[in-house]
Order: sequence, then C-alpha cells, then structure tokens
Amino acid sequence: MDLVPYIAASYALGILIPGIFAVTAYLRVGAARRRLAAIDPRANRPGAGARARRGGSS
Amino acid sequence: MHRFANPGQFLRLSGAVVPWLSAGALVLIAIGLIWGLFFSPADWQQGNAVRIMYIHVPAAWLASAGYAGLAVCSVISLVWRHPLADLAAVEIGPVGAGFTALCLATGSLWGKPMWGAWWVWDARLTSVLVLFFLYLGHIALVRAFDDPVRGYRAGAILALIGVVDLPIIKFSVDWWNTLHQPDTITLTGAPHMYIAMLWPLLFSTLGYTLAFAAIVLTRTRAAVMERRIRGLLMARASAQEPG
Repeated sequence: MDLVPYIAASYALGILIPGIFAVTAYLRVGAARRRLAAIDPRANRPGAGARARRGGSS
Repeated sequence: MHRFANPGQFLRLSGAVVPWLSAGALVLIAIGLIWGLFFSPADWQQGNAVRIMYIHVPAAWLASAGYAGLAVCSVISLVWRHPLADLAAVEIGPVGAGFTALCLATGSLWGKPMWGAWWVWDARLTSVLVLFFLYLGHIALVRAFDDPVRGYRAGAILALIGVVDLPIIKFSVDWWNTLHQPDTITLTGAPHMYIAMLWPLLFSTLGYTLAFAAIVLTRTRAAVMERRIRGLLMARASAQEPG
C-alpha cells in the first residue's frame, strides 16, 4: 500500500494547524498593540515607544 | 504567583519569553520532523506509516496537557477570581481544540493504512473525541454570555467537570481491549521504542510543546491588551456622556 499520501497529509496538517494559530496570534497581538498605542493616554509619555512594543499597559 | 500574574508584569515577562519560545519551537520542530521523516528507521511491522507518529504523539500529548492547563486556569479563576487566569483559559481553548483535531486527523491518517478504517469506536479514540467536544463546549460557553465574567465562571466549571476525561484517555488502553496500541513511553518505565525513533519524537514533542506555549502566551497578551482597549474606550465614552 502506498503510504506517501497519508504521511504527506499528516506532515502538512502538522505544519499548517500550528502555523495558522501562530500567524493569527502574531497578527492579533500586533493589531492590539497598535490600537492600544493609538488610544492609550500614557503612550505620549517619555519611553512610551518601548512600553508600547512590550504591550503598553503599565 | 500574583506578582507575575499582574497584567503589566505579565506583558513584560511574556514579551521577553515568547521570542525565545518561538525560536526554540521552530528549531526543535524542524529537527524532529526532518529527522523523523528522512533519517529515522521504518518500523518492522508498520513500515513508513510509523513516521506519522512524529506529528500524532506530540498532538495527543498537547491535547491532554492543554486541557490540564485549562483546568489549572479554571481552578485559579474560580478560587482566586484572577482575571489573567480567565483570559488564559479562553485562549487555551481554541489552541487545545486545534491540537486535538490534529491528533484525531493524524490518527485517522495512520489508522486507515494500518487498521483499514479511518475511524473505529475504540475507547482511546472515543475518549479523545469527547475531549475535542469538551474543548468546543468550553469555547462556546465562555462566549455565550453578555457578561464575560459569567461566561468565564461557566466555562471554568465545564472545564473542571471535563477533567474526568483525562485519566480515561490515559488508561483507556489498559482498561479496555482497544485497537489503539498501549503507551510506548511512560514516566516510570523504559520506553518500548527503538532509540533511533525516540530521539526525533522527543525533539518534535518538545518543539510542539514550546510552540503551544508561545501561541497561548501570544494570544493571552493580545487578550490583555484588548481588555485594556475596551476599558479605555468605555472610560472615554462615559466621560463624554452629558450630565
């Protein structure tokens, strides 16, 4: 029995599923960081750039 | 623990840790999968189908470990009412469901050439399917309430009830006659596996574990920031209200 399709499909899923989660998490945190930097009043204080890159909430 | 669970402290700490976790995950997964796919030996009985193990076993481990993490967050949420535990539980749910789906899908892809069937109502497979439904139930329940706190509490209770499925998954192959093979790696005994197969499996398992942690931490970071955005917008809206 040719096993290649089963193995290839498993490896494709093994890369795709965690990959999709990783990319969407990265995009989501980037969007949240930009939005927070835009509306957080503390974002205008000195050192706010570094704070925004870390998450900007304190 | 509370010191590190402070949202600001969490963002600082996780911001430093996530890049290292991600880099480690990428390297270990790449080594584990390339080693498993091209350089590890074929099984004397299963042939090359055994290479599916390097995806299936880490996914199965993370399906259960992720749910255990969800249960720990639920205990913290119910006992200490810590908001970070609520957010972490909400973010673990979809990732755990994704890895459980990966475990079920690769199990099917392994089962078809070995057993001649995509699916059998075997105790191990069925208990993992129940785990998948528990994850889906948790995802739906935490989002089903207008008041998010009520959703977090309901989800935490469901998660704790569902913990009973974890020992059933673990011992299903011992308690019942199953088509699924018994555990080849245990914490107490020597592994029943050729060492040339064990190493790539350890690499891929550790790599996927780091990836799971990095994804959950990143999603939780986003959730913390989104909560702060909602708080700021609500404060701004209430300040602008006349009277």
